[in-house]
Amino acid sequence: MARIELHNIAKAYGSVEVMRDINLTIEDGEFIVLVGPSGCGKSTLLRMIAGLEPITDGDFRIDGARMNEIPPRDRDMAMVFQSYALYPHMDVSRNMGFSLEIRKAQKEERGRKVAEAAQTLGLASLTERLPRALSGGQRQRVAMGRAIVRDPSAFLFDEPLSNLDAALRVEMRLEIARLHQRLNATMIYVTHDQVEALTLADRIVVLNAGDIQQVGTPLDLYERPSNKFVAQFIGSPTMNILGVVQSEGGVKLKDGTVLNVGSETGQRQAHELGVRPEHLDVVAEEAAHMRGVAELVEHLGSDTNIHAKIPGVGPVLVRQHGHFPMKTGDAVNIAVDLEKAHLFGPDGVRLAA
Amino acid sequence: MRTLRQSSPVAVTGKYLALGFYVLFALFPLYWLAKIAITPDKLIFTEGTALVPSRFTFENFRTVLLQTDFLAYFRNSLVVSIGTAAITTCIAAAAGYAFSRFDFRGKRLVIAVMLITQMFPLLMIIAPIYKIVAALGLLNSLTSLIIVYTAFNIPFATFLMQSFFDGIPKDLEEAGMIDGCTRFEALRKIILPLTLPGLGATLGFIFTAAWSELLFALMLINSNETMTFPVGLLTFVSKFSVDWGQMMAAGVLALIPSCLFFIFIQRYLVQGLTSGAVKG
Amino acid sequence: MTAIADSASGEPRARGSFYFRYMVEPYLYLSPAIILIALVMLVPLAIGISYAFQSVNLLRPFQSGWVGLENFQTLWNDRKFWLALTNTFWWTLGSITFQFFLGLGLALLLNTQFYGKRLVQALVFLPWAVPTFLSALTWAWLFNPTIGPLPHWLAALGILSEPFNILGDPNLAMWGPITANVWFGIPFFAITLLAALQSIPGELYEAAEIDGASSWQMFTKITLPFLAPMIAITVMLRTIWIANFADLIFVMTGGGPANSTQILSTYIFTTAFRKLDFGYASAIAVALLGLLLIYAVILLVLRRKLVKI
Repeated sequence: MARIELHNIAKAYGSVEVMRDINLTIEDGEFIVLVGPSGCGKSTLLRMIAGLEPITDGDFRIDGARMNEIPPRDRDMAMVFQSYALYPHMDVSRNMGFSLEIRKAQKEERGRKVAEAAQTLGLASLTERLPRALSGGQRQRVAMGRAIVRDPSAFLFDEPLSNLDAALRVEMRLEIARLHQRLNATMIYVTHDQVEALTLADRIVVLNAGDIQQVGTPLDLYERPSNKFVAQFIGSPTMNILGVVQSEGGVKLKDGTVLNVGSETGQRQAHELGVRPEHLDVVAEEAAHMRGVAELVEHLGSDTNIHAKIPGVGPVLVRQHGHFPMKTGDAVNIAVDLEKAHLFGPDGVRLAA
Repeated sequence: MRTLRQSSPVAVTGKYLALGFYVLFALFPLYWLAKIAITPDKLIFTEGTALVPSRFTFENFRTVLLQTDFLAYFRNSLVVSIGTAAITTCIAAAAGYAFSRFDFRGKRLVIAVMLITQMFPLLMIIAPIYKIVAALGLLNSLTSLIIVYTAFNIPFATFLMQSFFDGIPKDLEEAGMIDGCTRFEALRKIILPLTLPGLGATLGFIFTAAWSELLFALMLINSNETMTFPVGLLTFVSKFSVDWGQMMAAGVLALIPSCLFFIFIQRYLVQGLTSGAVKG
Repeated sequence: MTAIADSASGEPRARGSFYFRYMVEPYLYLSPAIILIALVMLVPLAIGISYAFQSVNLLRPFQSGWVGLENFQTLWNDRKFWLALTNTFWWTLGSITFQFFLGLGLALLLNTQFYGKRLVQALVFLPWAVPTFLSALTWAWLFNPTIGPLPHWLAALGILSEPFNILGDPNLAMWGPITANVWFGIPFFAITLLAALQSIPGELYEAAEIDGASSWQMFTKITLPFLAPMIAITVMLRTIWIANFADLIFVMTGGGPANSTQILSTYIFTTAFRKLDFGYASAIAVALLGLLLIYAVILLVLRRKLVKI
């Protein structure tokens, strides 16, 4: 069990600073997901927590004790690697029990813990196989087993599911969620997949270019993104962003339509309007805010995505529930759910609407 | 180019002829060595140039092994080659590991110096080495040969070992360190077992190189007791240049250890170089 | 936990561990290699260069001392030196040309599919494992008309008027060591080039085939450009290596007859080994080193001019 604190953490390679002033507190037993596009620094941050990457500056504490200089072996954390990093020359049970072997645990205890973990993960019949004789999903389970056996104070996951196919990924995602419920241990999970982030996390940390953009629960991020980057990163399909200018009684779209949002933006000027595809609706012409033509219609069964082109405004994506009878070339009239639209200032920061 | 394209019979025949030429060219001199070695002395002058001897004998091998000093030369060469290979591989494994896993100040300089030592004429240092070894009173000792050969082979062996280490994912030792190993434990328990084939190949390369070295051995050794095989054989040739059968029998014997090692390492040759090439 | 420290004293400690991990630890692993190379190669190299400016002759121990450029003056007027330089050129050129083209041919053959490939590959690479002194002796014997077949075959083909030992003929002797060197060196080229060939992605050939390229076009448009960097570096390194390679000639001809096969490296060795004139041998070695440096610089400049990557 561990409470992990990052105070003003910075990371530099030589003179190149890639990360600075990272502040984050992870409560005991919390499931935190670090998410962001590739190169945003999420893996580096995780590796600094693990002790694999030196921390250039700042304070890293576990349960109040500064750990910057402590080598990985003394941090009592287990890690699941993207490549799984199973030891190719050891069989499954030795792979899982290796940490106990290093710590010179009793042989019986080691055997018992490994057998227990193998049982939970459905690996009981594979304990004598070498990693090369396992499928991708099995390897992934062994990597998790290796972490569980240690009973660590925190689990670190570095994109653990990205090498699996879609079906297995869903299955393992549930497995990890169950694991967290059962062990109630602190977990830090790195991914670039927002679905994994939204489904697993107690709190999500969105990173971009070495900066924390926002920390919050999945619903927080979805409903109250702190800026345009988070707004576009979370949610699928991506949020529509339309250029606007502040005007009497709301904001004005580029074609002159005035939408009645953002009456309380204070002194700040709204620059862009963000609205999710699911918060747009196809309506009768007279109730519409925007009128255009459907350029492409995607029938997904559960949803229908309509890529519309609005003259003077630009492309807009509308999502309708279930099957919606529309085809390419049809005229489309769109209403905006004004309650759920967001306004962003020129610097991309969301204005309280 | 393994496609459906049909090769013409002429091209196929040509390919096999060319392959046949290469195989014959490679093997013929060795065949001849063995052939003369088993031809009875009496027959050498009458049918010395015939492709197959009419009778054969192992008398030459017996004479070489029992009545000359070749067994001692053989032993000396084994000591030198095994000693050199073992020490070089250990030192080069450590250095190759450092090159593969660390980024540190001076790395480029050390690599550059190692490359340069592979370029300049080694004969340049034969005179200074002779004087130093003589001053230390180590002339005619196998130890001096082992030290000199080890230094000569370290750069190449280091680059070879580095390529083997590069082939092992860094994740593995990081996983080991998270599992509770120190870096050195991770090296010993995880990386080394995986590098065993690489260590074997390096041993083989260095053994072969040390077994073949002639000029420094000639310079540093002149007592019969400590002669290595090449020096002994050359001395024998210049003294008894008409004992063809015996000389060639000795030659065949000298070939055995290198060939054994070659067979052992040959499957790593292309494979090892390929993985290096793909990276570069 | 003893390592608990407040942030004030933690800062220098972080520095310490940082420096240990990134500055000191690698040198722990490297130090045996560095020490040995320095003591056995670099220090003697410096001494060797200094010998070039001294009189160091073990046969005349009382005449030693600094002589300035005297060794180089002798060298300039030494007919044998200039002969050896010419011979070095022909020896290197002849060896590298045949080794390269035959090695490339072999690599291309081994890159195709055929029955018994593993065995053939092992057999054709075998000469590479034969100790050089033994290759030299074997080929010297093959050229000997008493026990070797080559003179008889050459005579039968009309290349030689009668079966004699070409190693004894000043006009032909160089071909002996060159043949041995080609035999010994083909596998090296074949191995390196084969490795490079195997790293060319197969999809490229498939794409070219779909685009309608002929075998010859695939060779010139895909294979050669991909091999070019490997060829350049291998040929350069190998040229330097062969120019330094004295063993074969020393064993086969000893530089004779009449110095017709004397190259610079054998000249260095015989001067040091037989005459024990270390000063003069070192002067020749320094001259050789200078020439090789000039060669390497020219090649690197050419490479920079020609390769625009």
